[in-house]
Amino acid sequence: MPAVELRGITKRFPGVVANDAVDFTAEAGEVHALLGENGAGKSTLSHILSGLYRPDEGEIRVHGVPVAFHSPRDAIDAGICMVHQHFRLVDRFTVAQNLILGDRRGAGRRFRIDPGAVTDQVRRLGERYRLPVDPRARIWQLSVGERQRVEILKALYEEAKVLILDEPTAVLTPDESRTLFETLREIVAEGRTVIFISHKLREVKAVSDRVTVLRAGRVVATTNTADASPQSLASLMVGRTLETVQRRHTGTAEGDVVLALEDVWAHSDRATTSLKGVDVSVRAGEIVAVAGVAGNGQRELAETIAGLRGPTRGTVRVGGRRLPGGDARAAYRAGLGYVPEDRLGTGVAPNLSIAMNVDLKSYRDDSWGPFLRLARMRRRAEEAIRTYDIKAPGPDAEADTLSGGNIQKVVLAREFAGRLKALIAASPTRGLDVSAVETVHRHLCDAADRGVGVLLISEDLDEIFALADRVLVMYEGRLTEAPRDDRETIGVLMAGGHPAT
Amino acid sequence: MSGVNNSLIVALIASGVAYGTPLLFGSLGELLAERSGVLNLGVEGMMLVGAVMGFWTVQRVHAGAAVALTAAVLVAALSGAAMALIHAFLVITLRANQIVSGLALTIFAGAVGLSSYLGNDLNLADVPASHSFHAIFPSSMQSWPIVGPIAFGQNALVYLSWACVAAVAYYLARTRPGLNVRAVGEAPGAADAMGIDVAKYRYAHTLAGGAFAGVAGSTFTLAITPQWVNGITGGAGWIAIALVIFAFWRPELCLVGAYFFGSLQALAPELQARNISLGPTELWTNSIPYVATVVVLVLVSWRGASRRLGAPAALGSPYVREEVS
Repeated sequence: MPAVELRGITKRFPGVVANDAVDFTAEAGEVHALLGENGAGKSTLSHILSGLYRPDEGEIRVHGVPVAFHSPRDAIDAGICMVHQHFRLVDRFTVAQNLILGDRRGAGRRFRIDPGAVTDQVRRLGERYRLPVDPRARIWQLSVGERQRVEILKALYEEAKVLILDEPTAVLTPDESRTLFETLREIVAEGRTVIFISHKLREVKAVSDRVTVLRAGRVVATTNTADASPQSLASLMVGRTLETVQRRHTGTAEGDVVLALEDVWAHSDRATTSLKGVDVSVRAGEIVAVAGVAGNGQRELAETIAGLRGPTRGTVRVGGRRLPGGDARAAYRAGLGYVPEDRLGTGVAPNLSIAMNVDLKSYRDDSWGPFLRLARMRRRAEEAIRTYDIKAPGPDAEADTLSGGNIQKVVLAREFAGRLKALIAASPTRGLDVSAVETVHRHLCDAADRGVGVLLISEDLDEIFALADRVLVMYEGRLTEAPRDDRETIGVLMAGGHPAT
Repeated sequence: MSGVNNSLIVALIASGVAYGTPLLFGSLGELLAERSGVLNLGVEGMMLVGAVMGFWTVQRVHAGAAVALTAAVLVAALSGAAMALIHAFLVITLRANQIVSGLALTIFAGAVGLSSYLGNDLNLADVPASHSFHAIFPSSMQSWPIVGPIAFGQNALVYLSWACVAAVAYYLARTRPGLNVRAVGEAPGAADAMGIDVAKYRYAHTLAGGAFAGVAGSTFTLAITPQWVNGITGGAGWIAIALVIFAFWRPELCLVGAYFFGSLQALAPELQARNISLGPTELWTNSIPYVATVVVLVLVSWRGASRRLGAPAALGSPYVREEVS
């Protein structure tokens, strides 16, 4: 009897059918991967399974018994726990407090909380599953990998029979991912079930026993992982044969240095030093990648170069010209393009039209005194919509009505419009679906071929290997040069270690 | 021995405790609401309604002092909670802006609104209270040096407020619903994922906050003044809101802050009683509590310190389960 069985699950949102008659079964003792692009319906399905959404049609059975979940609590009581991609933890609470939150069994039913007993219980649980974490530590003090351990412990504390992990490796170093996979194997060895949601083929191959592929809300295949090749899974996922962008390497770039940072120091928002003496130089026609786990100073690096954050020490040069610190307009005038990490918040003005957003930086160059030349702006926007294949009703559509991939194309259209010398692209493909990723990659490569120096900040090693001429690893505000093709060494550097010589 | 008790400092603290009691009730209530993530700027209005309803009850209930006063405090609490129910419905169920809703409630209930209308319509102005709270310990104990007037010279509402501080502190730190409400205020998404009913917790604590505000208002009309005057709270609701920030969202520090501001309020009458004049007018002695509120708020808000110092992370933001995949 399967641990979980979904029959004919349909869930509609205004304008979309997120899940269309989905059948899915996961057995006890298996890691079952749920593979699909963004928007394929993986998250909706997991939200239905974890009690956050109610299906419009269909039936859920847990160990053969039909169930109806009205809240996450119902799902937890039925033994189904979700480890969310964005952790659902209370930062200011201790590990132990997070674990007992909402608990209604045994000791958890008592009105009064006994901190000592709870701490002991959590420590024993951590030891049993070799998930070491101090029960009295506050969540904000923990690393991202440790927070994930807390999420998993939380599920085990609730005695979950079925654990759903939503893109669990997105925030982990390669080494942490490997540890996670070992833990997952141990959990299923006890007869539990793990549902592993991902769009990364490599990981699905590495960890799962079976895989179900979703596309546009429907199940397109369920198969034993061992029988499937990464290529066949990829084409199932996308629905066509995929051409991944792979950059031709032209050996060492010999162009002029277009972007140079010398001994740059900067503060983070919390007034701690987050850039500690960064040196980078990017030549024309070169793509230099900055790898690393988020939160090691990447955001501050991008913002310092873009002039959104003043460095406390050091200089930034674009095209040989020294930029005044913290002056975004000067950076733009010097020929710097910036594709920010926060697409909707920083990348575009969400309530303005595509036309306005495309001209957000250059409108001064072509205005008539204080008046905008709207007709010309619309024409330029129409051109951008054609060139970049932006799926939008027209130049007057507001930016926030577009999908993530199309918003990113608007950003690219704007940043590539001027006389560009250097470009910073911060996580330019995060959260985009495979086809949009392809487009963005193609534009980055084209820009480099046209002689733009590109600094690509990314957490996605596959992206880095596909595009970069050189790789730097960022850890705690410092950059280290890494060999271009060596996943192992880069992983060690990302975790702050020193590569074996 | 009575010399010590007549000294300015002991007198200031003793009346500071009395004047601080409505601030303490009000800030404890606001603290409960804010810990659940609901900012309630309607405290002043709820206090005013509590003040008038409490006074009305004590005039209407023809019974012994104990019964009448207990009923009055209960009615004040209920009317405060009823006002808070409007706020809760607007901001939790309809997800209205919390600041706008709170301000609207204060204006609606304020000195030119509901409380004023009720007070005048029920003919409550210019009549003495038929019962009021008095010191409950014998005068021999009240004359003990220093602790006499401060700790034993107070009325039952003061001792009730002390019990409330202890109860709220214990509730938040050591009980399961207390832990849950803190989670709701810090990370409603996490709380929801663990099966805690966010809306239920927010309703309960907003209503409790309103009840506390109502009791705070009745403290004026049943103990401090004790009569009904239009706009009797004189901005105490606003000070109570500021106190929550000043106390870093901790009940025991609300007590300290309330008595500090209570003493500042007592400064003008105590100086007057001793014929001490600090200047040509009383304007500035009367304005001390308000100026101090501003100064304290500037100090604790310095460099965004409030986030580190205990403000619930989800304060002021409605909770919506993420929708659309």
